Amino acid sequence: MRAAVIVFPGSNCDRDTAVAIEAAAGRAPAMVWHEDAELPAVDLIAIPGGFAYGDYLRSGAMAAHSPVMRAVAARARAGTAVLGICNGFQVLTEAGLLPGVLMRNAGLRFICRDVALRVERADTVFTRRYAPGAALTLPVAHNDGNYVADRATIDRLEGEGLVAFRYRDNPNGSAASIAGIFDPTRRILGMMPHPERAAEAVLGGTDGRALFESLAESLA
Amino acid sequence: MRARIHITLKDGVLDPQGKAVGQALAALGFAGLGEVRQGKVIDIDLAETDSGRARESLEAMCERLLANTVIEDYEITLAE
Repeated sequence: MRAAVIVFPGSNCDRDTAVAIEAAAGRAPAMVWHEDAELPAVDLIAIPGGFAYGDYLRSGAMAAHSPVMRAVAARARAGTAVLGICNGFQVLTEAGLLPGVLMRNAGLRFICRDVALRVERADTVFTRRYAPGAALTLPVAHNDGNYVADRATIDRLEGEGLVAFRYRDNPNGSAASIAGIFDPTRRILGMMPHPERAAEAVLGGTDGRALFESLAESLA
Repeated sequence: MRARIHITLKDGVLDPQGKAVGQALAALGFAGLGEVRQGKVIDIDLAETDSGRARESLEAMCERLLANTVIEDYEITLAE
C-alpha cells in the first residue's frame, strides 16, 4: 500500500499516523505539505489529527480550502481511499467530502481519554480486520467532536449503513453516538477516535492497529 | 465599502457555549434571562463600490468559507 499523510500547519498526529501506516504496510508514507497542489500516486490518503491553522474560524475550515485539499477531493472522487482522523474528520466535513459537522463538545470540555466503541461495519477497506460489532477501546482527544447533521442526513447514514463506529457511552453529545462515518462509497472514513494512538502495546492499546492492517490488506 | 457579517447558529442547533454564558450571567445575579445564544461578527473592507456586486461577493464568501450552512445562518449588512 502506497500512502500519503497530509501535513498542515498545526497538524500534530502526522508522524504517529505515518508510523502506524508504515508498521502495517511495510513502507513509509509520503508526507505531503498542505501547500502542495500535487499528490504522489497513492492508494491511501490520511488526514491526521491536530489543530490545522489553529482551528481558526471553525475546526478544519481553513485547512479544507488549502491547495492540497483540491487534489485530495479529486483523488477521493476517483476512488482513492481517504482516512480523516480527529481534525482530519473535521477537515473532511468542512471540505464537503463527508456530511455534517463536528461542533463543540456538549460538555464544553476538551476530552482526552480512552473511549469504548462499537464497530458498526466490518466489510470495508478500513475495517475488514475487525469482527462485526466488535468492542474497541481507542483514545479521543478533542474539543469539537460533537457530530451534528440534520435529521434527514442522520436517517440516511443509518439507513445506508454509513456509520463506521459508535460510542458505547457518548462522551461529547454526538448525534446517534456517531464516532465515525463513511461516504456512500465507503472509501472515505472520518472518525474522531485515534487508531494511530493505539497501534502498539507500548502506547497503551492495540485496538487501532487492525484499521491500518485492514487498509494494508485491502489496498495491497 | 465596509461589510459586517453576523454568523449565528441556526434555530434548533444546540449552543452549549451560549447556554454556559447564560448560566454564568444568572450566577452573577442577572435575573429574567431567556435563552442566550452566541455567534460571530466579521467585518470586511471591500474595494467594491457597487452594493449589489458587493453583496453577491459576500454571499459567496459566506457560503464557501465564513459560515458552515449545515449549522449556521449568516446576515450581511453593508455600510457606506
